[in-house]
Amino acid sequence: MHVTVSQPPPQSSPSVLPASGSDALAPALDVRGLTKRFGGRTAFSDVSFCVGYGEVFGFLGPNGAGKTTTVRTLGTLIAPTSGSGLVAGMPLDPEHAAEIRQQISIMPEAPGLYLRLTVTENLEFFAGLYGLRRPTARIDEALEAVNLAERANDLCGSLSKGLRQRVALARALLSDPAIMFLDEPTSGLDPLATREVEDLISGLRQRGVTIFLTTHRLEEAERLCDRVAIINATLQTVGRPHELRDQFFKKALVVETEAPLEDPERLFANLPGAESWHADERGGYVVSVSNPRAAAPELTRLLVRVGADVISIGESQHSLEDVYLELIEDDVEAHRR
Amino acid sequence: MSLDTIHIRSVIRKELREYRRNRFIIGTMAVSPVLFLALPIINIFALPASVSSSMLDKRLGLSLLYMLLIPATVPAALASYSVVVEREQGTLEPLLTTPISREELLLGKASAAMLPSVVIAYTAFGVFLASVRLFANANVATAVFDQSSVLLAQALFTPLLAGWSIWAGIAISSRSSDVRVAQQLGTLASVPPLAIVALMSFRVIEPTLALAVALGVGLLAIDSVAWRVVSAMFDRERLITGAKRSATSQPIRTTERPPT
Repeated sequence: MHVTVSQPPPQSSPSVLPASGSDALAPALDVRGLTKRFGGRTAFSDVSFCVGYGEVFGFLGPNGAGKTTTVRTLGTLIAPTSGSGLVAGMPLDPEHAAEIRQQISIMPEAPGLYLRLTVTENLEFFAGLYGLRRPTARIDEALEAVNLAERANDLCGSLSKGLRQRVALARALLSDPAIMFLDEPTSGLDPLATREVEDLISGLRQRGVTIFLTTHRLEEAERLCDRVAIINATLQTVGRPHELRDQFFKKALVVETEAPLEDPERLFANLPGAESWHADERGGYVVSVSNPRAAAPELTRLLVRVGADVISIGESQHSLEDVYLELIEDDVEAHRR
Repeated sequence: MSLDTIHIRSVIRKELREYRRNRFIIGTMAVSPVLFLALPIINIFALPASVSSSMLDKRLGLSLLYMLLIPATVPAALASYSVVVEREQGTLEPLLTTPISREELLLGKASAAMLPSVVIAYTAFGVFLASVRLFANANVATAVFDQSSVLLAQALFTPLLAGWSIWAGIAISSRSSDVRVAQQLGTLASVPPLAIVALMSFRVIEPTLALAVALGVGLLAIDSVAWRVVSAMFDRERLITGAKRSATSQPIRTTERPPT
């Protein structure tokens, strides 16, 4: 399935452009019809999207949807079966694999640290692999960025899971990458550690780093991402979270009254701009309207006029999670059929 | 193919740091040399002054063969541990996402396994020769040092046998998912080249200097080919996913830059 991809946000300041001097007009990621099969099993199929420099792009999907395989493919770890792409302005092919890897960094779901080495030793090793000749200042900077300077000489094996995740993030920052792929960076973390990692991602966003974030924490994606893509082997949709909410759910007012209305059909028919209504599971009413802000005062007047005891009137709030569940459930249903 | 020395040096430094803090590795590096040094020394010291030439040849051959087990087995243990442990502790994926080439990575790992192994093997050999010179029966010591071609072959074969063991170990480690299995298979794979050395040691093949050099050159060639073969086998996709790159997987190409 090809999905109409909304345009990436406009280029922000020149400081967010990659240091390599690649074409400033090229998107950070441009993927066309990418497919990966392992024998008879399709990991993902016909995936197309674009990510602009400086954008935080969320890649959402259930377990086994192909998120990690997509990251590995874009990171040149595995070869796609078909399709094409540009990563940091370079064609996604074996000839450019090393150059691409120089421009990106991937933080896998598991931190993958050498537990017998200290935090600094881990970072020194990776600094060498990125060809940094005098890495001390860069390592100090990365540790400062993740608030780990005080633990620099601790063995990674002695750190908590949250701290290890921070070291992995520092490692991903070392090479000053044009694009960072963060694969479920808050997976398995407690709420406090999760918030810390999210704050770090927000900080990176402010520094203009392009972030490709895979997660199944939808509230996290909603908070952090400029745009999100939802995948379940095929791409289901791409867009800004609020656009997706508007696209998938009608605008509506939710009314809660002390007692059931005598004739809700007639009442809501008199409301200008009302499109339809239904009772919700808590005994309230959901009235679809084209403009909730304009309709709310009129609805209040109508309710007062019929003598209803109104407890609350508010605009119906749909989250990214609602969009996600709608799409994934529809997709599962379609596959069953 | 160009090799970046910063990449290689980084891998060597990291591996040596890890060895230093790994009790199992330290144990392997300490116990087997002591064992393979003690047996030859006892073997030579037990010889009487009036030993026959054929008996001396036999004992010396056996002793030197024991000593060659050090450069065969110690690096095999290190090398067979080197890749599989990265997979086990989840460090392989971050490592493979960096710009290091597989040749650089493998050369770094091989060099890190080679350095301590060769130092240990030569130290053990030196201790053996010093012990014979200082403490063995004078006639026996003179007879041992007269066998210069055998001793030279020993010195020559030490790094070359270590090279073989390392490449065999890394190849096994790249294909294994269990550290212990990899180390057992790695140790087993390190033994075959010892067969030729054994034939020389027991005088089935006459150990001339020319033959030792020729065999050394052969082993060097095998080590070089092994590096390239193991590098070719080192497939990022298979190491990460456990699946072979399928026949339909092809390098994707972009013929034109898409509009932005």
